[in-house]
Amino acid sequence: MEVEEEQREMSTNNNVMCLLTDPEGTPLGAPMYLPQNAGPQQLQQMVNKLLNNEEKLPYAFYISDQELVVQLGTYLQKKNVSVEKVLSIVYQPQAIFRIRPVNRCSSTIAGHTEAVLSVAFSPDGQRLASGSGDTTVRLWDLTTQTPLYTCTGHKNWVLCIAWSPDGKHLVSGSKAGELQCWDPQTGKPSGNPLIGHKKWITGISWEPVHLKAPCRRFVSSSKDGDARIWDITLRKCVICLTGHTLAVTCVKWGGDGVIYTGSQDCTIKVWETSQGKLIRELKGHGHWVNSLALSTEYILRTGAFDHTGKQYSSPEEMKEVALERYNKMKGNAPERLVSGSDDFTMFLWEPAVSKHPKTRMTGHQQLVNHVYFSPDGQWVASASFDKSVKLWNGITGKFVAAFRGHVGPVYQISWSADSRLLLSGSKDSTLKVWDIRTQKLKQDLPGHADEVFAVDWSPDGEKVASGGKDRVLKLWMG
Amino acid sequence: MPQGDYIELHRKRHGYRHDHFERKRKKEAREVHKRSAIAQKALGLKGKMFAKKRYAEKAQMKKTLAMHEESSSRRKVDDDVHEGAVPAYLLDRETTTRAKVLSNTIKQKRKEKAGKWEVPLPKVRPVAEDEMFRVLRSGKRKTKQWKRMITKATFVGPSFTRKPPKYERFIRPTGLRFTKAHVTHPELKCTFNLEIIGVKKNPNGQMYTSLGVMTRGTIIEVNVSELGLVTPAGKVVWGKYAQVTNNPENDGCINAVLLV
Repeated sequence: MEVEEEQREMSTNNNVMCLLTDPEGTPLGAPMYLPQNAGPQQLQQMVNKLLNNEEKLPYAFYISDQELVVQLGTYLQKKNVSVEKVLSIVYQPQAIFRIRPVNRCSSTIAGHTEAVLSVAFSPDGQRLASGSGDTTVRLWDLTTQTPLYTCTGHKNWVLCIAWSPDGKHLVSGSKAGELQCWDPQTGKPSGNPLIGHKKWITGISWEPVHLKAPCRRFVSSSKDGDARIWDITLRKCVICLTGHTLAVTCVKWGGDGVIYTGSQDCTIKVWETSQGKLIRELKGHGHWVNSLALSTEYILRTGAFDHTGKQYSSPEEMKEVALERYNKMKGNAPERLVSGSDDFTMFLWEPAVSKHPKTRMTGHQQLVNHVYFSPDGQWVASASFDKSVKLWNGITGKFVAAFRGHVGPVYQISWSADSRLLLSGSKDSTLKVWDIRTQKLKQDLPGHADEVFAVDWSPDGEKVASGGKDRVLKLWMG
Repeated sequence: MPQGDYIELHRKRHGYRHDHFERKRKKEAREVHKRSAIAQKALGLKGKMFAKKRYAEKAQMKKTLAMHEESSSRRKVDDDVHEGAVPAYLLDRETTTRAKVLSNTIKQKRKEKAGKWEVPLPKVRPVAEDEMFRVLRSGKRKTKQWKRMITKATFVGPSFTRKPPKYERFIRPTGLRFTKAHVTHPELKCTFNLEIIGVKKNPNGQMYTSLGVMTRGTIIEVNVSELGLVTPAGKVVWGKYAQVTNNPENDGCINAVLLV
């Protein structure tokens, strides 16, 4: 007995040399000896102490891209890691709030007379808009889950809608090439349609609120190969960004005040916004660029609104809060861009640093239709027509996991605000919720009678909206 | 030098006759009258051939006229709102034929249980036993008459092994065995060559069902996994029923309509 106890004491006294680093690889303090019975909780306390956090923040720990869930000693034994080397542990801050996974359909609202092509929650998560093939935009009452306004005015299918980050405007683009701005309070169009594009609209992106408040400018991309910057107070096209030789498929307004456009001519172009000059051209893809994602995209979309549901009275205040949130999210690293393409690959870029890709992310067996950074920027998810959703490390671009389960092409994905859950909508008429931690299917959400074209997870995490070919809008709750 | 082109030679030397173009115009103007005279006069086979030739000419002319008209008047294509809206990310992609998701599985199941379907061919001509079977004589003196040969198309499962001839009462000729059927999806309006899984019901009787006889109106089960049909729960459907619409024994193939 005594011998055994002695041995146990011996093992608890065993220490291992550890080096804590943040996701970018910057070490936190010097390497130190940690007892082998230290688990994630002890590490969390230590990191909080070392970083001088006033509030205790939750952290997750990774050793060579695998999450540490057990005590250090157990991990070392299981993996046969040498105790003599310095063990580098990466800590990643987690969201301090937790979003409940959605598991049931709370309502199915009919109203559209054609397929629902896009759904979008407002940045504060209080309102919902959808665009449809019946040429209308509809605003929905989320408290009673009934139709609120029907906005008519488009001449053809409404392909994309976008809320301004301050939640005061809604812009929709149609297949006829006109854009229309709506007042979400009344459901009335504000002014005449904005005409300029010669073919259908493929994407809309607003200027981030931390650059300018109140929101005035947005950029739209079109099949005709142009992207245009519009001003909603002047009600006209301010700058026309021409240069792509084929259709522009995706447009994003970055947090540093530059515009990224991805096109079918296999290039991504970076534009400056005051005069519309071309800054950079990112080449590398062998086929169409389908989708772009920015590491700060979620913050840019939600602006000043966070999970607490706080409302702001003045635009200046909003700008300040948004800037603070943006800087906190971005840290010291430059903005990262991920592009998904028809050549089945994705590229990770740092456009501010270099015109060459940081990593090439291969693995999909079909075209990549949608890429999306998690709200904290740690992960990238990609939806592909090969029926899978893949998860990648958002900083290094390394492959992490593949989520298989859909039986049809995956069209769209959406993250929960706490970056712990991922939602995917597919041609097989189902939605699926994936758990990032366990890398497994969390919830299967059948219910649509046909293909799901659009999904969105509200920024406050309460609801999920989805629309598809069966012409109904479905709301899901946890 | 060839002797036949003296006219060309003369024209080269002296030019056209002074009234050449006048004569040509007149001849062309007379041509229609001449032709109509022939059309009225020609009888029998000659008339038929003439009419056919003339018809082809006229059809060709109409086509050419329509083509010219089309190119001169610019049409606007994208203006009217079309059915079947798709999101922006699918607009440039080729539309592949797609199958609809099955609606209402519960109803489907209930129908399957009752063995009743709303089928495209509700009534079929009853097939008498002596039409379905041919009597084979057996025995040394060919006096026994208990063997039957099926004269219709049959489906025989892949795992089938014949009984010893002494006990084989029903013979299903290999020439009339089928493993694939041309199945039409009624909503997609397109036809696929699908594998047969089994015979679900032959309207002429239970015995024919168990023998796998496929006559007109028979319900067969086909493998639809390559069509990509999905249930509301998001699972791939692989077996689905179809009704035979032709007489396979006469045609040498099986045509069927999918029951959606």
